[in-house]
Amino acid sequence: MRYLPLNDADRRAMLATIGAASTDDFYVDVPPSAQLKTKIAGLPDHQGELAVERHMTKLAAKNRSASSGPFFVGAGAYKHHVPATVDMIIQRSEFLTTYTPYQPEIAQGTLQTLFEFQTQVAALTAMDVANASMYDGSTACAEAAVMAARVTKRTKIILSGGVHPHYAAATRLLCEAQGLTVVQLPVAIDGEGELAKAVDAETACVIGQSPNVFGTLTDLTGVAKSAHEKGALLVSVFTEVVSLGLVTPPGEMDADIAAGEGQSIGNGLNFGGPYVGLFAAREKLVRQMPGRLCGQTVDADGKRGFVLTLSTREQHIRRDKATSNICTNSGLCALAFTAHMTLLGGRGLKNLAELNHEAACELAHALGALKGVEILTPRFFNEFCFRTPVDAEAVLAMLDEAGVVGGVRASRLFPGGHMGDVIIAAATECTTTDDIAAYVAALKEII
Amino acid sequence: MSTETKSRPVESEVAPAQEIETVSGSRGLLQHEGLLFEIGTPETTGVDLPAPRGLKSRLGGVTRAVQTGLPGLSEPQAVRHYIRLSQRNYAIDLGFFPLGSCTMKHNPRLNEKIARLPGFSDIHPLQPQATVQGALELIDELATWLKTLTGMPAVAMSPKAGAHGELCGMLAIRQALVARGEGETRKRVLVPVSAHGTNPATAVQCGFVIDEIKADARGRVDMDELRSKLQHTDDIAGIMLTNPNTCGLFETDIKNIADLIHAAGGYFYCDGANFNAIVGRVRPGDLGIDAMHINLHKTFSTPHGGGGPGSGPTVFSEALAPYAPVPFVIKDEDGFYRLVEQTEGVARDSFGRMVAFHGQMGMFVRALTYMLSHGADGLKQVAEDAVLNANYIQARLKSVMTPAFDGFCMHEALFSDAFTADGIETIDIAKALIDEGYHPMTMYFPLVVHGAMLIEPTETESKAELDRFCDALTSIARRAAQGDQTLKGAPYLAPLRRLDETRAARKPVLKWTPPVNAGIAAD
Amino acid sequence: MTTYYTKQHEWIRVDGDTGTIGITAYAAKQLGEVVYVELPEAGASFAREKDFGVVESSKTASEVFAPVSGTVIESNTPITTDLDSVNQDPEGAAWFIRMKISDPEELAGLMDAAAYAAYCEGL
Repeated sequence: MRYLPLNDADRRAMLATIGAASTDDFYVDVPPSAQLKTKIAGLPDHQGELAVERHMTKLAAKNRSASSGPFFVGAGAYKHHVPATVDMIIQRSEFLTTYTPYQPEIAQGTLQTLFEFQTQVAALTAMDVANASMYDGSTACAEAAVMAARVTKRTKIILSGGVHPHYAAATRLLCEAQGLTVVQLPVAIDGEGELAKAVDAETACVIGQSPNVFGTLTDLTGVAKSAHEKGALLVSVFTEVVSLGLVTPPGEMDADIAAGEGQSIGNGLNFGGPYVGLFAAREKLVRQMPGRLCGQTVDADGKRGFVLTLSTREQHIRRDKATSNICTNSGLCALAFTAHMTLLGGRGLKNLAELNHEAACELAHALGALKGVEILTPRFFNEFCFRTPVDAEAVLAMLDEAGVVGGVRASRLFPGGHMGDVIIAAATECTTTDDIAAYVAALKEII
Repeated sequence: MSTETKSRPVESEVAPAQEIETVSGSRGLLQHEGLLFEIGTPETTGVDLPAPRGLKSRLGGVTRAVQTGLPGLSEPQAVRHYIRLSQRNYAIDLGFFPLGSCTMKHNPRLNEKIARLPGFSDIHPLQPQATVQGALELIDELATWLKTLTGMPAVAMSPKAGAHGELCGMLAIRQALVARGEGETRKRVLVPVSAHGTNPATAVQCGFVIDEIKADARGRVDMDELRSKLQHTDDIAGIMLTNPNTCGLFETDIKNIADLIHAAGGYFYCDGANFNAIVGRVRPGDLGIDAMHINLHKTFSTPHGGGGPGSGPTVFSEALAPYAPVPFVIKDEDGFYRLVEQTEGVARDSFGRMVAFHGQMGMFVRALTYMLSHGADGLKQVAEDAVLNANYIQARLKSVMTPAFDGFCMHEALFSDAFTADGIETIDIAKALIDEGYHPMTMYFPLVVHGAMLIEPTETESKAELDRFCDALTSIARRAAQGDQTLKGAPYLAPLRRLDETRAARKPVLKWTPPVNAGIAAD
Repeated sequence: MTTYYTKQHEWIRVDGDTGTIGITAYAAKQLGEVVYVELPEAGASFAREKDFGVVESSKTASEVFAPVSGTVIESNTPITTDLDSVNQDPEGAAWFIRMKISDPEELAGLMDAAAYAAYCEGL
């Protein structure tokens, strides 16, 4: 076995030192009825690299990659270009094969990059402080809701009708398990503003999303004002972090907590994971935040260094009174985010955001010109939804045959939502004019 | 033969390395490197993007007022920045990393290569299922491996990490109790004092209350106390137990515990963090367990990445399987792999959705690659070698350190600080290991052992490496026993000395801010 | 004035119906360097053994519990910034709160200095 350094002579010598007859001696505490003397049946034996690679390559070949043709799927994960340098950096052994930085003297690489990550996320969201990442956007949203309940000591959570339904589901699950009440406003393409009317004196937080799952942009400043007047918090959610290069960020809308998905910067699609949850808040709420926090300090010689800090909030110290049960987060994905963001710089991010917006504008213009197609999203960044004259599932299947992956049917996300004729489509800097032409030509044939 | 001696002095007064100050701040191979914010500017960029064409905006005025001001770096600067920072990290690829309970083993590079095939890395979770049949088949194949290795009938693949898997298991227990009409009455969860902090934190997140149980003198669950805790059973939701436990020991009475908790009407959650000690030798399904998460980054060697991403698939017994979360993959009769995404039909009893999308696909690819490489025969050897290595370390160190418990251990060796002289603490021994070129062991965990030192070698260390480590630790342990005060200053040879954690916590500085006198200097 | 102690390592010094409350020197030593203290606002009421504040060191965090029921008259807010004082003078200048005691009979359930010293000895 190529991954096992011990040989039989080593094993014999070590058993002699230990004073054991065989490794069976170490398993004597296992109830006899549960001891397996032979290897488990029904699974293959070990194989060399070549054989394994052959098997896995065959599986990979059965999937159509986003880069292999015109591709317009978004709704929470986005096809962007990731510079080659980013992947090189995250494959550095020192980043890839290390652990959570519990020993800061020999983990300054990870810690400094986390400090840079927190600074970048705080700046992007225009919030005071950011943590060192969550699993993904949906769990960040759920944690934001329970944090709001802790902060306000209230029990009602209100979700807008435009929050990504997966985020809403994850949030409802965690909140209800803790005895909180979750109110979901009716599904709406342009209804984030309804949150302002829904907030009351029992409300811990309102959760709005911009751009929302239909791509609609909303200035949540008014929602924040209504929430604050009632003593509630605004949680501002986003699934497309590139949008923050151009659109109003949570902090500028007076949000108390920002929670979102960071996949679009530095991370591939990966069929849904691993991604990187972004979580930021107002400074006064920092001790109620979930997850790791990296802070600056000095060493015994007075040199600047970084450590994990405020860890008394966390499960390994606070146990049942911790702010969250999260332990491992998305360290390497956060590094990819930071490396890509560093390559972009502030101006590069704005440029990237503009390219995304223009690609979506071009797509919306071209599709909207087709007879029977109605663009439904009033204000958007790089994603919008439109109505087709034919059932969306059939449309997407026919587009697929024409080599175009045309988007997500809204009915997959909202099965009971009477949205059978609605498609959510995204365009990014990867989308070419030829891609859009192919989409329009194929759709024209279908409708 | 002639020797030129004028330009190359053969002998000189050499100052000790520690005292040499450099102008650059670098020290030989270790380059000085500031924060990104001190070396970059917002105008600098390491990507070449086309200029926007100036199309009419459809943002509807919802636009950013203040730019981020975040600095960028050109590609060569960015590469150096992160490579220089990387050199301040210890890593398993560099040396022995015996961090108990964390399982730092070799990460095969084949796994990284396969995970980057565009057919896995460049597919979208919501693209039509007909275009991702290979991905769904892979999830199904990995699920089959996990079910077979654990002897459990069902597995939830979506949990994002170990603690998230715990949440998955406890939510399933909660749902099962609700289905029995006992969701409001059965709230008490038994958790040993030795448990990972995630266990009590998770149970509370699910609305349960914790009732702690002590360990006995052998480091196992105190069965008398367990029985006394079960005198009243109508409020019992279940037990959360790590096995092998955090002391590195197999719970001798595990089947008894399962029977007792089942008789009390509760469920048995097993924290599977230490499955790597028993994979291929024991199937948790044969022990009476109802739910268990598996850290793919521990047992199946997906890289830890400096704190994630992890992946925590959770296996279920027949009793809990109906309540498992969506989405999951099923294979239709015609061979089509289908995602069940809604809580209806076959998933009508599911407790719901924990997370956007289908789980940590990137980690699934790596874990399956690892499993196929090892095979059923190799995985059994993995467990046996991991346990052998841990017992070897315990045997070699037991004369100079204090083993926490008698007898053989499983995959990790646990010592208390009883052997140290007054004033020398576990942290001093840990930091002294850094100077010897090792990552410290886990310290002060589990809580049931005073000054705990938990050493987990894993199966991917050679005997020679273990011998060198034991020699180094033996020397440090002797110094600790003698009260050598120089230990208190360790590490001396790392990029930084001990850091002031009190200062970090009292006045948290959690992001970079421009120096306050920057404006004055600019004037 | 009499001082009483709790098993959770709080002390209460009683003067009429007013009690001054803090954490004991033993507790401060166990915590190590204190990094954060959270205190209630005046007017808040707490039942006996309910947590009224938080004290954190870099290695652990703990609730601080009301030895008896009462209403907060004053919180010693300077200690939230002068954290060293909690380690240096926990049973003096670094008191946490003063409260109006609502049921003096509850004092009977607490330890005196000698009993508390014996209690700590046994830990």
